[in-house]
Amino acid sequence: MSDTAAPRARHAKHAKSFSRPPSKPRSGSSRGGRTAGGAKPASLWSDAWQDLRRRPLFIASAVLIGVILLMAVAPGLFTSVDPYDASTCRLGDARQAPSALHWFGTDNQGCDTYARTVYGASNSLLVGLCTTVATVAVGGLLGLVAGFRGGLPDALLSRVTEVFFAIPSVLGALLILAVFRAGTVWTVTLALAVLAWPMTFRIMRAAVITAKSQDYVIAARALGASNRRIMFRHVLPNSMASVIVVATINLGVFIAAEAGLSFLGVGIQSPEISWGLMIADARPRFLEAASPLLFPAAFLSVTVLAFIMLGDAVRDALDPKLR
Amino acid sequence: MGRYILRRLLQAIPVLLGATLLIYAIVFALPGDPIASMYGDKRAPENVVNAMREQYHLNDPFIVQYWHYISGAFQGNFGRTFAGVEVSSIIASKFQVTLNLAFTALVMEAVIGVGLGLYAALRRGRAQDTMVLASTLVLISVPTLVTGFVLQLLLGVKLKQSTGIEFFPISGVADGLHSYLLPAFVLAGTSIAYLTRLTRTSLAETLRADYIRTAVAKGMPRRRVVGRHALRNALIPLVTYLGADLGTLMGGAVITETIFNLPGIGQELFRSVYERQQPVVVGIVTLLVLVYILANLIVDLLYAVLDPRIRYE
Repeated sequence: MSDTAAPRARHAKHAKSFSRPPSKPRSGSSRGGRTAGGAKPASLWSDAWQDLRRRPLFIASAVLIGVILLMAVAPGLFTSVDPYDASTCRLGDARQAPSALHWFGTDNQGCDTYARTVYGASNSLLVGLCTTVATVAVGGLLGLVAGFRGGLPDALLSRVTEVFFAIPSVLGALLILAVFRAGTVWTVTLALAVLAWPMTFRIMRAAVITAKSQDYVIAARALGASNRRIMFRHVLPNSMASVIVVATINLGVFIAAEAGLSFLGVGIQSPEISWGLMIADARPRFLEAASPLLFPAAFLSVTVLAFIMLGDAVRDALDPKLR
Repeated sequence: MGRYILRRLLQAIPVLLGATLLIYAIVFALPGDPIASMYGDKRAPENVVNAMREQYHLNDPFIVQYWHYISGAFQGNFGRTFAGVEVSSIIASKFQVTLNLAFTALVMEAVIGVGLGLYAALRRGRAQDTMVLASTLVLISVPTLVTGFVLQLLLGVKLKQSTGIEFFPISGVADGLHSYLLPAFVLAGTSIAYLTRLTRTSLAETLRADYIRTAVAKGMPRRRVVGRHALRNALIPLVTYLGADLGTLMGGAVITETIFNLPGIGQELFRSVYERQQPVVVGIVTLLVLVYILANLIVDLLYAVLDPRIRYE
């Protein structure tokens, strides 16, 4: 079935940029027809999904993200040691090489590096997810309004984003975090979101401007649809693709940024566990004992890699021009 | 041309004012008293505190303080630290380090990025192309924090231990340009990967153009077709990216500077934030905003050089 459905679906997507396809049920694919009512806007997504789930890049990144998510939600499944319990650390065992007892060795405090690395996943993912949601909500909504309305709101918001673009983001985040004496997951999220929303805004605004001059929007307007209906039923679903791609890639970027800020000492603070903080803690004795630094670094890299791979795969699936 | 530059510079003023106001507001909100912190645990004498608060306009409302600062800055006076040192002299020495680092990184980025992208584009769809794409994916994903320490360990320490020759210094700037090589590569890592991808896409698109087919049909050597015709036309997005990246590299250098102990503006800003040296913090960020604006202006002017069809009135 999938062999015959794919070219048909692809064809439908090309047609989409010219006009909205008529609402006839798609034969051969029951998937598209199941979402009754919302079937028309969903066709791009179900088509992308059909394409996506056959891509090795997507499967690899989805498996990786699944494991990392599980690690964040239930770290107890991966290790029986609770690194938040200080009695599990023995100073006498500091900087041991990896062994059967301590898979990744021990750090400068004699704590188990493996357990700490596993428990570090939750803070990283929390910052990444919350910042992404915040930037998509704020930047996306403002971008939708600015692109759709144009005029004064657009001009004002665009000037404001220019100011934000000119501020170097790492230094800006560092400053915002310095205002709050002790960094937490929430202050890091706030600092990153404040500096990152203009990017989502620009992408959304550009996509909305393209979408609102399409024939199907003019047709909807001619049929008497209200602004609100056009905005949310027609323009928004057709502008989401590029925002979602960038949001997925940025999720990885935010995780890396959190590690960087925690490394500098303004992000998440001890006794909370963060990969960036572990790297900073291991740094003074790095040349004698590299494993307490290298293992969290490896987990951090793989996590960022997984989200960037996912973003690449989603973009390839959503953008037929790149095929 | 002159009018165009003037207009662009005028347009930059609101951005500059907005950015400095924003930064000034954040610095204003920083907790702690700068004068009290100069005295550490001791109590500062009251008359000194009063005199200094008066001298540095600390008793004025926020917007008046900002006005004092910005009107001074436009006359070239970036103020003094609370210890009485000229901010401009502090920034100048630190700025040189970051500028060296960022420019070395930018040159590496341009050479490696365009080179790899060219290589991949000419072998599109083959194994070498896939290899280059896969390595850019890894380069994009591994954060500076990680590449910094890993390369410091492998190329700085292990290589020296095994060969006895110091290829790459791992700390400080005592060895001139030599000591910037490794940090600059670390800083440029992600940008190299993006530029490689951009070059590959842009060049692959240009290579399909009609004038390329014509040039090949005329019997022009492949080297000349790629170099003179394809690459030059593919260059515009690359120059845009490089120009915008200069600001990103300078602003993002703080982590690299910390790993390799480079006394640049990132480290200076970090220290100034903790010592509540407001004028230094605002001065550094203002300077970076200026770099960003100027780099973008230069990029726009370069378009006309690269593509004679583009004219500025």
